[in-house]
Amino acid sequence: MTRFTPPVEAIEPFRLLDTSGSPLGATEMSPAATLEAFEWMLLARTFDEKATSLQRQGRFGTFSSVRGQEASVVGAASALDPSRDWIAPQYRELPAILRHGMPLENFALYFMGHPGGCVIPDGVNILPIQISLAAQLPQAVGVAWGLKQQGKDGVVTTFVGDGASSEGDFHESLNLAGVLKAPVIFFLQNNGWAISTPRAKQTAGRTFADRAAGYGIHGAYVDGNDLLAVNAVMTEAVERARSGEGPTLIESLTWRAGAHNTADDPTKYVTDADHEAWIGTDPIERIEAYLREAGELDDAARAQIGQRCAAEVERALGVAQGTPAAGPSALFDHVYAEPFARFSQQRDTWLQTKEV
Amino acid sequence: MPVKTMIESIRETLADEMARDERVMVIGEDVGQLGGVFRATEGLQTKFGADRVVDMPLAEGVIVGAGLGLAMSGMRPVVEIQFLGFGHQAFHQIGQQVARLRYRSAGRHSVPMVIRAPFGGGVRTPELHSDAFEAFYAHCPGLKVVAPATAHDAKGLLTAALETDDPVLFLEPLKGYRLQRDEVPEERYTVPIGKAQIVREGADVTVIAWSAATQLALAAAEELAASGVDVQVLDLRSLVPLDVEGVAAAVSTTGRAVVLHEAPLTGGFGAELAATIQQTCFYDLIAPVHRITAPDTPYPLAGVEDAYVPSQSRVVREIKALMEVAP
Ligand SMILES: Cc1ncc(C[n+]2csc(CCOP(=O)(O)OP(=O)(O)O)c2C)c(N)n1
Ligand SMILES: [Mg+2]
Repeated sequence: MTRFTPPVEAIEPFRLLDTSGSPLGATEMSPAATLEAFEWMLLARTFDEKATSLQRQGRFGTFSSVRGQEASVVGAASALDPSRDWIAPQYRELPAILRHGMPLENFALYFMGHPGGCVIPDGVNILPIQISLAAQLPQAVGVAWGLKQQGKDGVVTTFVGDGASSEGDFHESLNLAGVLKAPVIFFLQNNGWAISTPRAKQTAGRTFADRAAGYGIHGAYVDGNDLLAVNAVMTEAVERARSGEGPTLIESLTWRAGAHNTADDPTKYVTDADHEAWIGTDPIERIEAYLREAGELDDAARAQIGQRCAAEVERALGVAQGTPAAGPSALFDHVYAEPFARFSQQRDTWLQTKEV
Repeated sequence: MPVKTMIESIRETLADEMARDERVMVIGEDVGQLGGVFRATEGLQTKFGADRVVDMPLAEGVIVGAGLGLAMSGMRPVVEIQFLGFGHQAFHQIGQQVARLRYRSAGRHSVPMVIRAPFGGGVRTPELHSDAFEAFYAHCPGLKVVAPATAHDAKGLLTAALETDDPVLFLEPLKGYRLQRDEVPEERYTVPIGKAQIVREGADVTVIAWSAATQLALAAAEELAASGVDVQVLDLRSLVPLDVEGVAAAVSTTGRAVVLHEAPLTGGFGAELAATIQQTCFYDLIAPVHRITAPDTPYPLAGVEDAYVPSQSRVVREIKALMEVAP
């Protein structure tokens, strides 16, 4: 019996690959699944590079790249079944929503400021990209609760940043999910930063994963730049949620390798030492080394994957750039299920006068 | 007199007030090391230390709520909400707590706090950043709401807000941060909270606006002058308290009133003005009070925002139409 809870000791994140890509033990992800994941990661990197350069030329809007977090995002998404599982994204999880069925051109359109980018095709189980931090979490719990209520076996995964995890919505959601034993996974990407605010200013806690205990749910602390480790932890959490054993909080320890977004200048706050600590932990290089070592990838296959990614980015950006600009009528679409007289009159008056 | 941008004026006023009064603190997201996402607080942490310019955990509710506590304890916090669109996350503190602590404690406690937030559109932000939600806050008795249109008034109103024992929401035009430049005296001064100002004389019609919309009204007035319409522009500057006498005095000289704002029509602050004008100027009016606003739709993605935010051509066209209304 103790008067106070015992002090916590330092812990290391769960890892299956070392930083050079050598396995530390048995791995669980099949070679085919690993190769597929590698391609999603490379597709995201290819898109980020292209979109960033377009943004600098004024041909793309402000957006947040997933650079450096590809293993984290893809490792999580690869454990999901798009036909029955749901994703409630934040905004930095491009490859997860692509794998789940969101067309790349829609993502591009959204960040080009085109309302067509808000379209989520029928049957694609994702919530809209969330800009208002942590607001997706209560919603994710609700979707999970509803699936459970209806006897469906879907699992909801929601992504959230280290910064956003300070919002009340985060804590309220974990609490409710625990009480309901809802089939939901809170995938917290600790990338070190919330714009300029370092992780240490979000919490004095040892890890974010430790918070799970306070809400009576499962917790995991995983090296987010290790695709295999993320996928292993996530797969287990999904199985548990699917079999009715409730929610998990996964802290994926990663690093935002670029700016917060294309409007941000990280040299104002990220020190050289901070950045150097990241160098050599690039998740794409790590999994590529592993695949090559395992004999699953050679130069020819690698070149083919690279070409496919470049072609897909080219195709999607072509579609996005070729999409006619939306007119003022877009303002009035999808506001109400049944427009009422005052609303329709306003619309008609508005559209009578053509102007920009 | 030096010419300054809106953002420089705000930054320098904060620095001046922090130097004058040790109780003044700045708290918010990214306000310290980075100096704010728009650089409104740049250099303050270096100057006044990380204990007085504080990078907060990312949670608007606790930022505002803790601000209330700081104010109650004897400090003078300036709380930054990174974008007014994320004021929702703090609304339970602002509307329900900050605004009415004085009332709820029968005058025992007050909240001498300034909440700064950029708002409004026209700068291609991502979704959910640009709404003009001032009416929500004007609807919270106990809270004062100011929205300067110039760098000069930003300094004077911010200084006045820091002197006030009531909480003040200080709204900054996102669009005007760097675009708006005007003369700002070096010495300390205040602009009274609750006083509108005629910023352009005119005999035919009065346009009432605040923040970025005031600059739009002035530009439209110049254009209308060429077609022989003489527009008076009243910069409201404060929504709460509302300068009822100032509004009535201006409108009664022209007999035509236009309220211009970026927020949607229904329930917008323009409705409050229209009602006030018809009550105070009924017999002077020669046309119905007209509102030029955004439509009753959510703030759109950047690609269509120009069709949403009132434009100069729209303001000009609608004022011309109003001039056709015969008594
Ligand atoms: C409720 C809310 N407050 C503030 C912001 C402004 N903002 C956008 S991103 C961001 C930092 C988010 O950090 P984190 O959650 O760690 O995600 P990351 O960007 O690192 O992926 C902030 C403060 C916002 N979008 N929503
Ligand atoms: Mg982060």
